[in-house]
Amino acid sequence: MRGFDYLPGVATLELDREACIGCGICPTVCPHLVLEMQGPKAAVIDRDECMECGACALNCPVKAIRVDAGVGCAGGMLNQWLAGFNIRLRNDGSCC
Amino acid sequence: MRWMPTEAGPVAVISGALTGGDVRGAWKARWGIGRMSYIVPPGLYAIGEPDHGSPVVVTANYKMSYDLVRRALAARDVWLLVLETYGINVWCAAGKGTFGTGELIRRIETCGLPRVVSHRRLILPIMGAAGVKAIEVKKRSGFEVLFATLRIEDLPACLDNDMQATRGMRELTFTLRERLVLTPIEIIGAMKSLLYAALPLALLAGFSGGSFSLDRLLAVLVLYAISVLCGTVLVPMFLPQLPGRMFAVKGALAGCACSLMCFAALGGPARIGRADLAAMVLVMSAVSAFYAMNFTGSTPFTSPSGVRREMNRSLPVMATAAAAAVVLLVIRIALP
Repeated sequence: MRGFDYLPGVATLELDREACIGCGICPTVCPHLVLEMQGPKAAVIDRDECMECGACALNCPVKAIRVDAGVGCAGGMLNQWLAGFNIRLRNDGSCC
Repeated sequence: MRWMPTEAGPVAVISGALTGGDVRGAWKARWGIGRMSYIVPPGLYAIGEPDHGSPVVVTANYKMSYDLVRRALAARDVWLLVLETYGINVWCAAGKGTFGTGELIRRIETCGLPRVVSHRRLILPIMGAAGVKAIEVKKRSGFEVLFATLRIEDLPACLDNDMQATRGMRELTFTLRERLVLTPIEIIGAMKSLLYAALPLALLAGFSGGSFSLDRLLAVLVLYAISVLCGTVLVPMFLPQLPGRMFAVKGALAGCACSLMCFAALGGPARIGRADLAAMVLVMSAVSAFYAMNFTGSTPFTSPSGVRREMNRSLPVMATAAAAAVVLLVIRIALP
């Protein structure tokens, strides 16, 4: 995102250009303009900008996009990890 | 409440104007007061005098989302289809799947939307695309999904522009104002740790020279609160300016700087011993780093893979710093 850089080289986004049919939905759902139509097919412009929301993969009609989608939230991950030890913090709504 | 008769039964007509109560409600939700029950009933609503050709805009049933949408669409004739997201905003609900394909199709059916409008087009926020599979909605309900804009403020311009979103409408931002409105809930969530983290630490630090000092206990509580504010407010404020890619690094740097300023403010080396100073720097940097890392959940650009890596790298460092501070304080008591 303009003005913000997160960790490079970690995003799991992959586009299979062979499988892409060029429908054009992925560039319209990506909130970071990571995908763009180049000629008849989509292309990944800047993978490090990807926040792995999964909108492109979900909406791709031919499953040409693969991404380990989820929400990048440390608090949520910590709660999940603690739940693995059967420790449950009361969810008081401080997190969505 | 005025009701508008339609082919699918009466539909509530809602105003685009927000009342003082709506503004107060949004403020309370920002501060975490009754936030999880700040909801409106899902279903179809009418803004203005919509007819069978009017556009249908879809949103979540978090009242703040609903209020922002109806305010933006005031003075227009549109249908508003509110999905049951259990009081969660569009983006988070899309991530959870409640603002999702299944709920959208169900809601279209239960509201009788095909009988209310003659066209077959729905307007959704782009942030909802993580939960809604447009081709499946089309296949199962006949409605075409149009992901319009990211920000609701841009929707009117997009509607006027024949549903063509400009590049700016499709690119996320995270301005100072957008960051600051998210900080109250962070402060509220973090201040609870005053009880289970700061108090034990303050009790330990309170022992000094064979006696217990209330001043020292209070000083530790205040210093802890300052480091929480550092991680939850200062770091979000200066997020683009602080060095480091990891939020924890930004937080640790800010916390360290804060601790040194507090050291100077408290009288410097004349008043504070080396062990105390070291414990102060370690704890304040770690606490600020932790709450800065927590802010990843509020940003619209951190990927789960990145956050996982950040946590794996930084949590052990924070834990070590906190443990070292405790050891220092214990040694200080044992060796006067």
